[in-house]
Amino acid sequence: MLSENAKKDIQAALRKYPNRRSAVMDALRIAQADGGGSLTKGAMEEVAQILDMRPAEVNAAAAFYTMYNVKKPVGRYYIQVCRNISCSLLGAEHLIKHMEKTLGIKTGETTKDSKFTITTVECLGSCGTAPMMQINDDFHENLTTEKIDGILKSLK
Amino acid sequence: MEKVLLKNIDKPDAYKIDAYIRYGGYKALETALKSDRDHLIQLVKDSGLRGRGGAGFSTGLKWSFIPKDPTIPKYLCCNADEGEPGTFKDRGIMDNDPHLLIEGMIISSFAIGAGTAYIYIRGEFVFGIRRLQAAIDEAYAKGFLGKNILGSGFNLDMYVHSGFGAYICGEETALLESIEGYRAQPRKKPPFPALAGLYGKPTVINNVETLSCIPAIVEKGAKWFSSIGPAKSPGPKIFCVSGHVKKPGLYELPMGTTIRDIVYNHCGGILGDKKLKAVIPGGVSAPMLTGKDLDTPMDFDSIAAKGSMLGSGAVIVMDETTCIVKMSYIINRFFSHESCGKCTPCREGTSWLTNVLGRMEHGEGRPGDVELLESLCGNIFGRTFCPLGDGAVMALRGALKNFRHEFQHHVDKKACLV
Ligand SMILES: Cc1cc2nc3c(=O)[nH]c(=O)nc-3n(C[C@H](O)[C@H](O)[C@H](O)COP(=O)(O)O)c2cc1C
Ligand code: FES
Repeated sequence: MLSENAKKDIQAALRKYPNRRSAVMDALRIAQADGGGSLTKGAMEEVAQILDMRPAEVNAAAAFYTMYNVKKPVGRYYIQVCRNISCSLLGAEHLIKHMEKTLGIKTGETTKDSKFTITTVECLGSCGTAPMMQINDDFHENLTTEKIDGILKSLK
Repeated sequence: MEKVLLKNIDKPDAYKIDAYIRYGGYKALETALKSDRDHLIQLVKDSGLRGRGGAGFSTGLKWSFIPKDPTIPKYLCCNADEGEPGTFKDRGIMDNDPHLLIEGMIISSFAIGAGTAYIYIRGEFVFGIRRLQAAIDEAYAKGFLGKNILGSGFNLDMYVHSGFGAYICGEETALLESIEGYRAQPRKKPPFPALAGLYGKPTVINNVETLSCIPAIVEKGAKWFSSIGPAKSPGPKIFCVSGHVKKPGLYELPMGTTIRDIVYNHCGGILGDKKLKAVIPGGVSAPMLTGKDLDTPMDFDSIAAKGSMLGSGAVIVMDETTCIVKMSYIINRFFSHESCGKCTPCREGTSWLTNVLGRMEHGEGRPGDVELLESLCGNIFGRTFCPLGDGAVMALRGALKNFRHEFQHHVDKKACLV
């Protein structure tokens, strides 16, 4: 079930557009945040109902955009490491291996305690401060293995 | 050169409206609202401003295609999807100086008669999304947005629409589909957005940097703008420099600054004083250039004359230790990942290219693979629905043209040349 706050936020998003369907991306984003970082079938059905859309249409939108984690639970800290060109030129692969070793999981996996998920992403527009990663909403830039160790330790 | 686009980038409070006004902001808006629409469109035409999103189309001309009939609703969409790998200029403006963009958008909306403006920003830019929303709220509170702006009778609403991870949303018609709540697949053109765009209404789509040029053009005039850099491709330009340079970052320089000047003077040269091997001048869709092209001026026409593209102005520098096969693999993997799936040549072609490049890179290349790449390129180029597939091919062809022997070496020796 969507929380009351989430429902309020979706109503606010609706005011931005001349029709309900246009709010689908905002609504899914709100539902995903409400669901702890991933989208369930139930949440998508509720979104469909609020927006007068068919559930299949909402699913299609959610499946198209990579930031929606459809039925894919992620850890409390969702680590996305950039693997595109500028980050790669400055050693992104090495950092990914280091992180996999430190956390004992492979890219795409979540730690047993549901704390961390590692995944790779394409360029996040931080190429001048490469290599970089995003953890939940925050960017971490100019990364080194030492810096990563410090960041991982600081996350409770 | 006096900075125009990045003038506030180092001022930590410029994101707040009072500070922005103190630094001279929103004066251009007052001037613009006292002038008339046709005059503003002519001014932007005369300035010679060409779109900074990649294609370099005349901004004033694009605006002039919008029908004048005041009874038809019109839209302005700011393209802040910034997905071309290597590019980070729009984020720099939105994170640090959001009112510059907002002021540019209000003036532009007034010029084309738009009553609603959307900023389409990529979803990963959470910081920028919050900054923009807070700045928009401030602008409403000051009467720069909403009804009867500064007593001019002009009404404008502005909203942030956040994307959610799809490079194709940067293509302008895919962007419109995305705002309308559909999967972001490009539309057939014509009709062009100027006649039938968002919700079927006349729409202008401009890049963040393009719109951010507008306040200065209003304040300082078309002549001032057109006198910066080359006559056919004038103005200040933000270059996003990344890769193997000592001082990567954003550099606002006149259009037409040479690659050498950017890399060796402004960015302090190559990391570890190694030799330069290749440089991508305009984001990964732009074919790479080599050391012999260093004296090429960075403007739309000069870079095109070298067979590449100024694109988004993302300069990616690679030193002599870089494996071009690996970089080509990474670039192609990106395109196949981001292909929207609408047309077969792009969807199937880019993933086939990635497979072949992947096995080359991993020491499993087969005899004939280099020729296979070339023939695949021929089957994709010019046959796709939108320019994404062409971008993938142009990038790979650029690499093959200059470094074919490295690809062949990967196949023959199952190893890297570097
Ligand atoms: C695959 C693809 C991706 C694009 N991505 C962007 C982008 O991220 N930002 C952008 O401003 N333009 C992008 N463009 C160009 C837009 O389609 C459009 O030309 C531009 O936003 C127009 O604005 P301008 O005239 O101010 O440059 C892209 C084009 C294609 C084909
Ligand atoms: S390449 Fe990693 S942020 Fe752009």
